[in-house]
Amino acid sequence: MTDIEARGYAHPEVLVSTEWVAQHLGDPAVRIIESNEDPLLYPSGHIPGAVQVDWAADLNDPLRRDYLDRAGFEKLASRIGITPETTVVFYGDKNNWWACYAFWVFQLFGHENAKIMDGGRLKWEKEGRPLTRDVPSYPPTQYQAPERDDSKIRIFRDEVLKKLGTGVKLVDVRSPQEYTGERTHMPEYPQEGVLRGGHIPGAKNVPWARAANPEDGTFKSAAELKAIYEQEQGLSPNDEVIAYCRIGERSSHTWFVLTYLLGYPNVRNYDGSWTEWGNSVGVPIER
Amino acid sequence: MAQPPKAFQQVIDDFAFADRQERIEMLIEYADRFREVPPHIAARPFPEEHHVQKCESDAYVWAEDLPDGTLKFHFAVENPQGLSAKAWAVILDETLSGQPLEEVAAVPCDSVFTVFGKEVSMGKGMGLMGIADMVTTFARQRLAARNRPA
Repeated sequence: MTDIEARGYAHPEVLVSTEWVAQHLGDPAVRIIESNEDPLLYPSGHIPGAVQVDWAADLNDPLRRDYLDRAGFEKLASRIGITPETTVVFYGDKNNWWACYAFWVFQLFGHENAKIMDGGRLKWEKEGRPLTRDVPSYPPTQYQAPERDDSKIRIFRDEVLKKLGTGVKLVDVRSPQEYTGERTHMPEYPQEGVLRGGHIPGAKNVPWARAANPEDGTFKSAAELKAIYEQEQGLSPNDEVIAYCRIGERSSHTWFVLTYLLGYPNVRNYDGSWTEWGNSVGVPIER
Repeated sequence: MAQPPKAFQQVIDDFAFADRQERIEMLIEYADRFREVPPHIAARPFPEEHHVQKCESDAYVWAEDLPDGTLKFHFAVENPQGLSAKAWAVILDETLSGQPLEEVAAVPCDSVFTVFGKEVSMGKGMGLMGIADMVTTFARQRLAARNRPA
């Protein structure tokens, strides 16, 4: 039994180890994808053969506040040389925060053959594994994607509003200061500024990074995760859960943890998150 | 009203006209030149008063007094993946160390957004501004001490 299998996850197959990746570097059926918050990291050195998917440049619509559409996803898939059969393995900085975000966006297009490299960049680097500045180029592919499906793992503000008080469980994965509203507006940073501080009524506060081990970026074991989300916060696998943060990126990490590591079947990411809710007129807010 | 040092303004202008790819390449070249604070200035554990608040990369800033009354800035970035913080530290050191304090104090912290682009994430933007803020604060403190009656 591998270390990952021994941690008791509901879907251990969705994680691969750094060692697994090291053994699949030249595997044409596998594409390693780095996704970071910091755009400097990939060009400064990445896993040999890995391509970059950038959260701002690749995954977001350049004009509207939304994700790329089907044509955009097909273009991205072609650029990184994948087909629907390719196993894509995401990794990145910050405990795989952005890797989970990219993974989540890929799931909007049904690319189920996707995994996360446990520990991300941090673990790979700590183990002294090779990094290169050579940017690989793969032959473009023809990828036929379905239309983006926003119904299963994504939720919009109006539906969140309707669900308040119906027993839905909201998980606010921001910092405690953001949750309490102590941190309201961000001076000199209008793009992500918000007019009201606080949280969506009834939301529990579980900062996203609690699901990861800070020393090597790996995910905590299922028992440790249950202690946080179930014993401490009272969630259970049958709950309908909505995770949110500021713009929906940190909450995709929690979505990943609840969906795949603990096996919750009904978890959605509210990517409008606090930058939408805290700026919306008339919606209820709790502090 | 003092203006920021010419060398600093030159760097800002270079970034203002760079496209995304050029910007990334320039920043990596800066980050490659990063040298941590020398032991004669500070050693671990670094004192909290030199720790930049709000910086996720765990950055520290020191100001060394030079004989001509200017300052030499030193930095530490504890997050090994804190490349943006390292690049920014090198830019600040190369363009502000040894410059007149009035000019250093005039550096606007939001230059971060010209150098790193508007798409820089909020957390990173705040942290990088925090580094610049600490540098300019050191300059203002020295100026205030100089102007204080003996």
